[in-house]
Amino acid sequence: MSNIPVLIVLLPLSAALLCMALSLIHWRLGRDVVIASVAASLVLSVIQLKDVIDHGTVSYVFGKYKIPYGIEFRIDAISAVIIVMILIIGFITLLFSMSFEVRDGGKVKNSGAYTMLALLIVGMVGMTSTGDMFNLYVFLEITSLSGYCLIALGGSRGIVAAFRYMLVGTIAATFYLLGVGILYSQTGTLNMEDMHYMLSRGVSTEAQAVALVFIIAAFGVKMALFPFNGWQPSAYAHANAGSRPLIAGVMGKIPAYAMFRYIFCIYGSEFRFMDEFLLIVGIFSCCGIIYGSVRAMAQTDLRKMLAYSSVAQIGYITLGFATGSPVGIVGGFLHMLAHAFMKSGLFFGTGAIRQKYGSMKMEDLGYIYKKMPLTSGLMVVAALSMVGIPPLGGFFSKWYIGMGAAGSHHLVYLFVLVISSLLNAVYFFKLFEKMFMARDKELPDRIPSEVAQEVPWNMVLAIVVCFLAIILIGVFNVPIVNVLMPTVMEVGS
Amino acid sequence: MMNWFLENPGLRPVMAVFVTMAASGLIFVMGDHVRQNVREAITFIAAIFNCAIVISLVPHVLAGENMRVSLFQIAEGVDLSFSPDAAGMVFACVSSTLWILTSLYSVGYMRGHHEKHQTGYYAAFAMCISAVMGLCFASNLLTFFIFFEILTVATYPLVVHYRDEEGRRSGRKYLAYTLISGQLFFAGIVILYVLTGTLEFKAGGFVSPDLLPGPAMLTLFFLMVGAGMVKAGVMPFHSWLPAAMVAPTPVSALLHAVAVVKAGAFATIRVVFFVFGPDAARACGGAEILSYFAVATIWISSFIALRKDNLKARLAFSTIGQLSYIVLGVSMLSPFGAVGGLYHIVAHAFMKITLFMCAGAVYVTTGKKNISEMVGIGRRMPVTMTCFTIASVAVAGFPLFVGFVSKGNLVMGAVSVQSPLYAATYIASGVLALAYLLPVVFTAFKRDVINMEFQERGEASLPMLVPIVVTTAVVFILGVAPDAGLHLYSMAVSAGHQIFGTIGVGI
Amino acid sequence: MTNNMSGISVFLADKGIYFLTAFLLVLGIYGMITCKNYMKKLICMNIMQVAVIFFFLCFGQKNGGTIPVQVTGLMGARHYINPLPHGLMLTAIVVSLGTTGVGLALLTRIKEKYGSIEEDDIIKGENKF
Repeated sequence: MSNIPVLIVLLPLSAALLCMALSLIHWRLGRDVVIASVAASLVLSVIQLKDVIDHGTVSYVFGKYKIPYGIEFRIDAISAVIIVMILIIGFITLLFSMSFEVRDGGKVKNSGAYTMLALLIVGMVGMTSTGDMFNLYVFLEITSLSGYCLIALGGSRGIVAAFRYMLVGTIAATFYLLGVGILYSQTGTLNMEDMHYMLSRGVSTEAQAVALVFIIAAFGVKMALFPFNGWQPSAYAHANAGSRPLIAGVMGKIPAYAMFRYIFCIYGSEFRFMDEFLLIVGIFSCCGIIYGSVRAMAQTDLRKMLAYSSVAQIGYITLGFATGSPVGIVGGFLHMLAHAFMKSGLFFGTGAIRQKYGSMKMEDLGYIYKKMPLTSGLMVVAALSMVGIPPLGGFFSKWYIGMGAAGSHHLVYLFVLVISSLLNAVYFFKLFEKMFMARDKELPDRIPSEVAQEVPWNMVLAIVVCFLAIILIGVFNVPIVNVLMPTVMEVGS
Repeated sequence: MMNWFLENPGLRPVMAVFVTMAASGLIFVMGDHVRQNVREAITFIAAIFNCAIVISLVPHVLAGENMRVSLFQIAEGVDLSFSPDAAGMVFACVSSTLWILTSLYSVGYMRGHHEKHQTGYYAAFAMCISAVMGLCFASNLLTFFIFFEILTVATYPLVVHYRDEEGRRSGRKYLAYTLISGQLFFAGIVILYVLTGTLEFKAGGFVSPDLLPGPAMLTLFFLMVGAGMVKAGVMPFHSWLPAAMVAPTPVSALLHAVAVVKAGAFATIRVVFFVFGPDAARACGGAEILSYFAVATIWISSFIALRKDNLKARLAFSTIGQLSYIVLGVSMLSPFGAVGGLYHIVAHAFMKITLFMCAGAVYVTTGKKNISEMVGIGRRMPVTMTCFTIASVAVAGFPLFVGFVSKGNLVMGAVSVQSPLYAATYIASGVLALAYLLPVVFTAFKRDVINMEFQERGEASLPMLVPIVVTTAVVFILGVAPDAGLHLYSMAVSAGHQIFGTIGVGI
Repeated sequence: MTNNMSGISVFLADKGIYFLTAFLLVLGIYGMITCKNYMKKLICMNIMQVAVIFFFLCFGQKNGGTIPVQVTGLMGARHYINPLPHGLMLTAIVVSLGTTGVGLALLTRIKEKYGSIEEDDIIKGENKF
């Protein structure tokens, strides 16, 4: 049994614990250890992905307990892909956030931020790989707690946003625990696969339905699915600038994946109330898609606009799940990948602009394409992908979701996709108008030209990675779909 | 390597698309860091190379070879694949040859007018051509749609070229129309793919007439044809086209003659003949409704054109009417109509680009935009205005000019489906075309009023004049010998054969 | 009559504790929504978490079961209560402690920045930034 699944979690975890102490020795040491550990995890996760593609699902059992009793890490193709995504974006975010360090007399003040970033990555990877329901709760709380801290690091408004998020997030976590409790009292197991076996064997009861309600509500809050999205815009907008791409781009996706596992892997199509639940998720997603897009149109602050657009985009993912057909679900996952890169790409872009010119207002973006061609190039590609222009990633995820919707005779969903693309176009082309056509604003350049022509190398790296990822996910979506499809077919049928 | 390339004509479309796309990228990245001449040289090299590739494909297409090549799967079960066929080749030949001429003209116009943002202009222009090449050669609907949307987005920077409030407004309008219709097209493609499991174009259509019950089929038909209708400026979806007139003249020439509206007409052809096919289009009643849209557009746009004083606006409404010729030709579902519609892509391209380039030449040389200010301008720019006259007469459909060839076929199509309405529309529209274009000519060549401004002879600069003369010559040559040069007429006819089968074509 | 009464009391003895935990849970959520003071919200959050912990402990209980520790001789499994919910709740208590800690840390920072932990004052202060 290979130790890779656990090493991927363990490396950043130990680095996170050491980070604070090491940064007392030398101001850069803690940071470098964290970055190195995440890089190592990234390499391991790629190896793991290859392993999963070649040999199927990997299972890692802790402490030599037998499977239904002990904690298990269970990595199928979907989780392997998502783990790679988390680690890529996590890695580039760590590099990116180097530019946002606050130095105080030769000492980096935010080694705490690196600790939290590493913990956030640990939590998300753990949530994705675990096969145990209570273990998922623990990782969910690790993710949330580090998320609260990172959001609180974003200044005065960030603290309040973090506090509010914490209140809502804790309710969600409690609901999740309640749901798990109900399920446990019904079946006596916590292992996901075993739970699926137990649930599919017996008659589905109302208590199980209640548990699923609690669980969907919990993950709905965590991923900011409409109507549970109240906390999200200000939290995303005011999070710590260096970690914002990771928070906005990835943090919402993992609960969505967890929700997928509950609906399809644990309850499965044998569940009596499945259609009703899918319909409810579908309605939530449709409302969220429309609501998020409309609210995003009204924002003047770039970060708020992007945050509201996330509400809509999360809706796409859950809409893919709600179609209930394998193609639609794969579309949801493809959108998860594509949107992670698009949204973090847009936040990398805005971060770079803020770093250089210190402004996030849409009015100040005039002629930014002349001053920062690389950044604006990324933002244009990411925004076009959001609108769903082929051959970028966002188009193909929409294609598969649309196919799932049409295949399961939910033409309303297809219609919502169309409407939402157009609404996205409204606010993203508004952004383009600001970027390319507004008057030039004379803003002080805060990055001296001897450091970098546009932005430092670590920002350039982040931008280039996202840029390539968006295009590659679009053009070469079929290999990704082929990796995901067998796993989805297994659970979706 | 070279041999391998020569022996595989199927790879040439791929080259045509990617060379142009690469040129666009190169211009965009390098444009501001190299000298103007180098930048324009890239455009010309790409344009000539592209044109050579397209022309080299002509014999293969005429021989009826199957040159389908698929690169890789672009979506589960659908390939990114190209296969040049007769219908696509007609459009590809037109746009690739006109790209060279328009580039030459652009150099003259942009420099003569000291335009800003030239790098972005040339890059977006090349991108448009690349997209057009892609959609000409696309062998399935998804590939087609990808390039269709790239074209939509790549045209946007051209429309908002001046970056002022007016440009921004027309840019928004353009996007609103094209993106909405594009997204509905997308929905249509998705539904069609789910229903039929294939997206591969097939002459004569792959949709069986009883795929869906009537109203649903009609909805699907219009979801898909809608995108073409909007781009082709069929009323009531036309208003983006006159609004886009704020852009520089070469852009208008591109929009009207070379690429964008033609892409709309071509999309209609592909959807009606290669997706639904004549049978299904007739069965669901969609073609008939489409033809009424086209008829209304031809009439209304001609009358609006009569009232426009701005020359470019008048030409824009003329384009709207002329494009509906194609749509009407397609929607009458007769072999003659199809051939005439396809050939009208060629005819209208050369005629309208001549008119637009003349209008632009007048504007750059004298700064005049309105017809009422052009009294006696023929004295100053005799060559330009002569070309304008020839093109005007050709638009009206006089014999010996290319407009006659396409229009003759269209009228024959109308007769063959025994529809007096269609025939009357074509004939009346010819008369109306004379009525709105000849006054320009008369104003220009007025002898009794002598306008002091236009006493001295002063033609536009050579890069602008040469394309005008060349396209006028083409208008004449193709009118006398429709099959001359690139065998465009034979290709249109063979496309008609493929679509309707050999029986009953009679040409 | 007596039969009926005993039915209710049996039911209450059996399931009544769940109603109490549910009441506690709702009370906590209600408090979090209505209280204007952030400290009170935090306290209510704790009440809510404790409710779920009780819930787990309740269904882990068994009539006549003993703690799963081997004292004298090994009995059959039915004589022991299930230890797992208790184990899980130890973890949950730790998590809840962590959340409360973060919450308190945030509150002190809010107090520093805004000079108050009342919702109204903070909203006023927020608009200034």
